[in-house]
Parts: sequence; C-alpha cells; structure tokens
Amino acid sequence: MSTDFTPTEMMTIAAARALTNDDVCFVGIGAPSAACNVARLTHAPDITLIYESGTVGTKPDVLPLSIGDGELSDTALFTVPVPEMFRYWLQGGRITTGFLGGAQIDKFANLNTTVVGPYDKPKVRLPGGGGAPEIASNCGRIFITMALSNRGFVEKLNFITSMGHGEGGDHRARLGMKTKGPTRVVTDLCIFEPDPVSKELTVVSIHKDVTREQVQENCGWTVKFADHVEDTPVPTETELAVLRDINARTKKAHEAA
Amino acid sequence: MARLCSLSEAIAENVKDGDTIAMEGFTHLIPYAAGHEVIRQGRKGLYLVRMTPDIIYDQLIGAGCARGMKFSWGGNPGVGSLHRFRDAVENQWPRPLEIEEHSHAAMANAYEAGAANLPFAMLRGYIGADLPKVNPNIRSVTCPFTGEVLAAVPAIRPDVSIIHAQRADRKGNVLIEGITGVQKEAVLAAKRSIVTVEEIVDELNPPSPNSTVLPSWAVTSVVHVPGGAFPSYAHGYYPRSNAFYIAWDKIARERETFQAWIEENVMKASPEDFAKHAEKQPVKAA
Repeated sequence: MSTDFTPTEMMTIAAARALTNDDVCFVGIGAPSAACNVARLTHAPDITLIYESGTVGTKPDVLPLSIGDGELSDTALFTVPVPEMFRYWLQGGRITTGFLGGAQIDKFANLNTTVVGPYDKPKVRLPGGGGAPEIASNCGRIFITMALSNRGFVEKLNFITSMGHGEGGDHRARLGMKTKGPTRVVTDLCIFEPDPVSKELTVVSIHKDVTREQVQENCGWTVKFADHVEDTPVPTETELAVLRDINARTKKAHEAA
Repeated sequence: MARLCSLSEAIAENVKDGDTIAMEGFTHLIPYAAGHEVIRQGRKGLYLVRMTPDIIYDQLIGAGCARGMKFSWGGNPGVGSLHRFRDAVENQWPRPLEIEEHSHAAMANAYEAGAANLPFAMLRGYIGADLPKVNPNIRSVTCPFTGEVLAAVPAIRPDVSIIHAQRADRKGNVLIEGITGVQKEAVLAAKRSIVTVEEIVDELNPPSPNSTVLPSWAVTSVVHVPGGAFPSYAHGYYPRSNAFYIAWDKIARERETFQAWIEENVMKASPEDFAKHAEKQPVKAA
C-alpha cells in the first residue's frame, strides 16, 4: 500500500487515471499538464499529448512552465503552426479529450478564466480564454481538474469563457454541439461527474479521509452526491513515485534556467 | 527584397505613431529587442495585436506606447498576471487601453485570413461562450451550402508585424524552426515586416524543402540581433529564462519598480546588450 500523500497529489493522480492509452489529448497548462504526463508515464504510455503551441505527440521529461516551452517541441513527434493546430487538428475533430483547468467553475461545469466582476469594470482581470472556448466545444469530451474552493466553485459565473453544459440538460445539443462536454471534474477532495439528465455536477467519488461536510464547505453551491459514492482508490507507490520524480525534475530544471 | 539594417533604422522606418502592430512568437522567439527599441524611440498610440500578450506587451503598455490591444490570452505564462496590463484595464494607467478580446482559434484564423488577403475568418467557435456578448467584432456567417451558422471575425491586417527568427542569409531569406506559432501568417498579413535574427549566414541551408522559410521578397527589414528573443528562447540557441519571467512579477507589480526597470534596462540600453544571452547551445536530442 501507499505511503502518505497530499491532497494535490491525490488530485493529479485521480485526474491521470481518467485518461487511456488511446486518447489524443489537448493539454492545458498547470494541473492538467501534470496529470496528462503522469498518465503517460504510468498506465497510458502511448497516449498522444498535444499542446496548443502546435506540438503533437510530445513526451516532455520535465513539465513545461509555459504552453510553448522548447521541451515540448524537442520531444514531439511533430510541431505544426498554430493556425493548423486549431483548424485541422482541433476543429477537424481529431482530439478525443481536452483537459482544462480554470479560475472558476459552476455546477454545470462552465468555466471562467476571463474576469471576476463586470467585463467593463472588472474586479479582477484574468488572462482570458486562450484556446479554451474551442477546446471545450470541439474535443470529444472534456476533463477538468482544479482544487475545490468556495472562490473557485461558484453557484453562477458572471462570465462564461468556455461552455460546459450551459444551463444544464440538453443545452449543448440545442446549440448544435455534437461533443460530450465535461464528463469528469477532478478536485483535491473528490470527483464530480455530470448527472446523466440534468448535467449538474454530482459527487461520485471521495478521496481518503475526506468527509461529505468538507466537500460541501469548500463548494459554493449545494452539492449533490450520487446514490453510490465511491472511495477514490489511494495512489499506488508507482503513481506517487512517478509524480514526485517528474515534479522534482521540473523544479530542478526551472530553477536552473 | 528585404533590407538588412540596424534595429533603430528598421523601427524608425517601419513603425509609426498610431500604427497597428503585431509582435508574434508563441512563447518561443518573442521579439523582445525590437519591443525595447519601440519603447526607446517613444512610439505612441500603437494598437497592439498579439495572441499571447505576455511580458513584451506588459512593457509596451506600461511604458505608455499603446492605445489598444487585440488578444486572446494575456498573462505571464507559467507565473500569473500581467500587472501593467491589469493596471491599464482596471485603473487606466498610464493611459486607457481599449481591448478587443478573442479566443486563440479566432486569432489564428484571423491572421491566416489576413495572410490569404481575405476580409474575414470563419470558424466553428465561441459556441455558448460570453465573448461575443462583449466583443461586437465577433459575428456570424451562414454557410451558403449547408445553412450552418459559423463564427466570423475580421481578418488581422497589421501595418507592421515584427518577429524574431533563428537565421537569415545575406539576401534576407529567413528560416524559422521549432514552435513557429503564427509568425509566418503575421508577416504575410502585414503591410510591412521586420524580422530580427540570431545569425546572418552565407547559406541558409534549410534542413528540408518543407522548412518554414520567409523569402526575402516577402519581408521588409532583416536585422541581426543575437539574443534578441531573451527572456523567451530561441530553439537551438538558448533556453527560456524562467527566472526572468518569475522575477518580472515583482518588477511589474508596482509602477515605480517598473519605471525604474524600464529606465535602466531599456532607455539606457541598446540592442547589443541582448548579445550576452545568445550562447549557442547544442540542440537536445529527442
């Protein structure tokens, strides 16, 4: 069995497990990037990782600090111009899974990375959407990973940067989207999946030593729990070792530069 | 034919007050030395275009060169916010900044439309997103064959585009390698263009017939500025200075520290100061 682990390690590993060997995955920077590379270095060695800078089939030895680090191009099968990335590969429907993070999420898995407060007079100006609006609509399905917090998980977003399930139900289909949208949200305390009909995020699995009360305290809406909530399997020693190794290599590389 | 000249000549001849200007480079090959020269020459009222305005535009905005910006992701990549950009948007300092915000897909398509001499770009984009509510330049077009409604955005047609590349030959043909972003499209979409390069060589020797080459006759000015992409990186030459990107967060947080940094490192500096960053490194095997 495994040794001790942090909530962040549990989050990254639980997120990594969502990916399979057959996935062609459009990778967001930060927590999604860590999860995707842990998947590649454990149970999904042949997964294709794509970053929006145009690197396809990349196998970074250290996690990139930015979306376009040289490490990504050095270790890619090939690198394409950014317009080709978005037109042929993403809009062309070649990506099975998009893996996103965000500043804020609501209970229908819509994401906000644009502004907090009114758009014209923002309380906080965030970086903006980048690739996310079209990743969210054009990938076969979307995984999201972010730490659970009241600031991040809010009842209603005041700006939707990228659409998840919109107002819930069949909203995506009504807008003509044929892709599934967010199918899993992995946090440091639990895992959500959308209800099959209402599409409201529902807790399906809780991490070790976390209570339902803790989940509710850290979430800005009244949390729904599935009829059968699983215990998230704890990280294996291999998963933890791979994650800690890549984090250590990354820290060393980024401090050196 | 491109003119090989100094950086101060290239900026003086090609960048005018009020111009729409695109400096591109997707994390890689960002034309920092050229950006500093624009600040040194005191350009005003520029309309900035860039998919990922990071430190280079934080510097231009904080230095008061910009009246507006079209972009799709504005941050310090891997670090956090752009404090000068935020100060301009939130507090209008040092002057108000009009923003036009898009997604990456729309910006990339808009550059491509510009390069293709088309008036607009279309994409299957922005579905269910709020940006079209705040950006009147995101509209729609109906496919005349299927009736599908697609997003439409105006083509990007800069007065001048500036990029950095690995090398050029003495005629001014330019080779770009690694992550090439939207640099080719940005140059071909613009009326005028400046390419700064790490090296000027006798023979360009592109490694493949499919290499990314901009011919001399499609470029206005070529300038030898070794290290000119620092603190971003030049594939095959030098790595990204992550330490600088992290340090920038503190430098740019307060107006005073930012102004002192610009005074010391831009106003009192010259393009030659970038050369110390240009140690050639062996390309890492995959």
